[in-house]
Amino acid sequence: MATAVPTLGRGAAIGIRSVSKHYGGFAALSDVSLHIEPGEFMTFLGPSGSGKTTTLNLIAGFTDISGGHLDVGGKSVVGVPAHKRNIGVVFQHYALFPHMTVGGNVAYPLSLRRVPAAERTERVKRALEMVKMTDFAHRYPSELSGGQQQRVALARAIVFDPPLLLMDEPLGALDKKLREWLQLEIKRIHRELGTTFVYVTHDQEEALVLSDRIAVFNGGRVEQIGTGRQLYDEPATLFVGRFIGDSTVLRGAARSDGTGTALTIAGETVVTDKRLSGGGVPVMLIRPEKLRLQRRSATGAGDGLNRLAGRISEVIYLGSGSKYEVELADGSTAIVRSPLGDESFAIGDPVDLLFSPADAKLLADDRSADTTLT
Amino acid sequence: MTMSPFTRVLLGLCCLLVALWLVAPTLVVVPMSFNENKSLAFPPKGFTLDWYANFFSNPEWSSSLFNSLKVASLVAVAATVLGTLAAFGLDRMKSASAGWLRMILLTPMIVPGVVLGIGIYAVYLDTHLVGTLFGFVVAHTMLAIPFVLIAVSASLEVFDKRLELAAASLGAGRWTTFRTVTMPLIAPGILSGFLFAFVTSFDEIIVSLFITSPYLKTLPVQIYSSITRDADPTVAAVGTILFLATTLLIGLGLVLFGRERRT
Repeated sequence: MATAVPTLGRGAAIGIRSVSKHYGGFAALSDVSLHIEPGEFMTFLGPSGSGKTTTLNLIAGFTDISGGHLDVGGKSVVGVPAHKRNIGVVFQHYALFPHMTVGGNVAYPLSLRRVPAAERTERVKRALEMVKMTDFAHRYPSELSGGQQQRVALARAIVFDPPLLLMDEPLGALDKKLREWLQLEIKRIHRELGTTFVYVTHDQEEALVLSDRIAVFNGGRVEQIGTGRQLYDEPATLFVGRFIGDSTVLRGAARSDGTGTALTIAGETVVTDKRLSGGGVPVMLIRPEKLRLQRRSATGAGDGLNRLAGRISEVIYLGSGSKYEVELADGSTAIVRSPLGDESFAIGDPVDLLFSPADAKLLADDRSADTTLT
Repeated sequence: MTMSPFTRVLLGLCCLLVALWLVAPTLVVVPMSFNENKSLAFPPKGFTLDWYANFFSNPEWSSSLFNSLKVASLVAVAATVLGTLAAFGLDRMKSASAGWLRMILLTPMIVPGVVLGIGIYAVYLDTHLVGTLFGFVVAHTMLAIPFVLIAVSASLEVFDKRLELAAASLGAGRWTTFRTVTMPLIAPGILSGFLFAFVTSFDEIIVSLFITSPYLKTLPVQIYSSITRDADPTVAAVGTILFLATTLLIGLGLVLFGRERRT
């Protein structure tokens, strides 16, 4: 939701209802519905080819929808050409006009709107101040670094006060340090403007840093929409659970009864108090901080915890703690994060993996992106 | 890799010989234009500027120069407009037939001039276009379009089409986008196409010989008929002037083209 900072509330709401997009026989998007609040920072997250950029292009008006309804600011924009939509767009590859100076680029949308020269100068100056590029107004894009060019592109996209700003992987071509700094800059600008932002990325960390809410795309559909915390804590599908954050997925022979579900994995049985409401084969998903490691052959599991035998296969030191990869009896890999001060293990150590039945999420298996099982 | 001094000298010598071979006709024409005798003898004797004076004072020569300039200017404009439109259209065509269309548009460059000349002559006889300004402009424009097409297509190939999306998102319609973004960025290609078109027409002799008449002669036609009549060194003077003019124009075109390629 829009943050609690007082803004002018100039952001536009976006309504996408049952939208589809076909290219010949190929369905790039099928039956996508989502609502974006005025002033919200919404991120479309997903792997490449998942439909997130297609959705952005449909909102921008670069392509037409094949079916459904698309509203911006309460009005249908179906059939409205891109140049009449008044939506700011920031592209991955900057798309600055090379034959114009920085100032000329930022003034371009104002000239098109016949803004008087004096006001134009003032607004260009303000927009460049906002992205901290005032000193570069007379330079040409080719004289700027990638990060500087993207800041100019951002200034150009906000200078005409659009109620909606679309960003298509704007930091994708930049290195990590610069990306992290610009993420904070984008967040600040969003807070100051009160404009609705729609941001496309395949980087889940970036999505978590920036967004009010995240829509996770997969295979031309929206899998789940929610805050970062909702997606991490309560993934609706196995795909979302695996895409957001690290996770361990347990597969085995499943048995459900009135009290919950049990999975038998290579002779060992783990239980949870949940049952799969829909159909499908149940699998367990556990977050790395919910797993605990213990040296093998300590006492039996009398404490109500699930227990699986494994062997440490990788140790990653993180400073604030350690991350372990544990190979389980069925050949799959579990990921465990243990805080500083816990007992440490070495590669090859036999261990027991412990987790509470309440911490296991039960999801339907989709057999997609499966890399741990052969 | 370093070369032995012997190889280096041998290579240099070969290059020098080839270069000499390429510029030899020009090196013959330029001195001949200052020949004192009324003959095309080489090497020339003495020094005079009479033949240059004759070129500018004799109405036969000056009117043909004027005709050539007129035809070439009209051709340059027509071919640039048509060639640019064709290049733009082909660039945006998604279907596979674009490749075929491009080849058809380039055929005037490949078909022998004599074949084109005969075909055009046959049609012009029936339509009374022989020896008319319109006939010359139409025939030469056809020959010049491929050059514009190639130059503008090369510019469009390096032109980043995402800039047009950016312009649209900022509020520019199609025509405004073309005027403020696309055209300024492919201007070097258009300009070099214009120069090549001008020179193509200005130099053209084969087709011109077929469609000329005593009332409308272009400069190359005049040179040809003059040299078949008598050995007048004025042709050498004209040749020298043409050589200088076209070198300047083509050089300018190449500079623009080269700059385009680098960005």
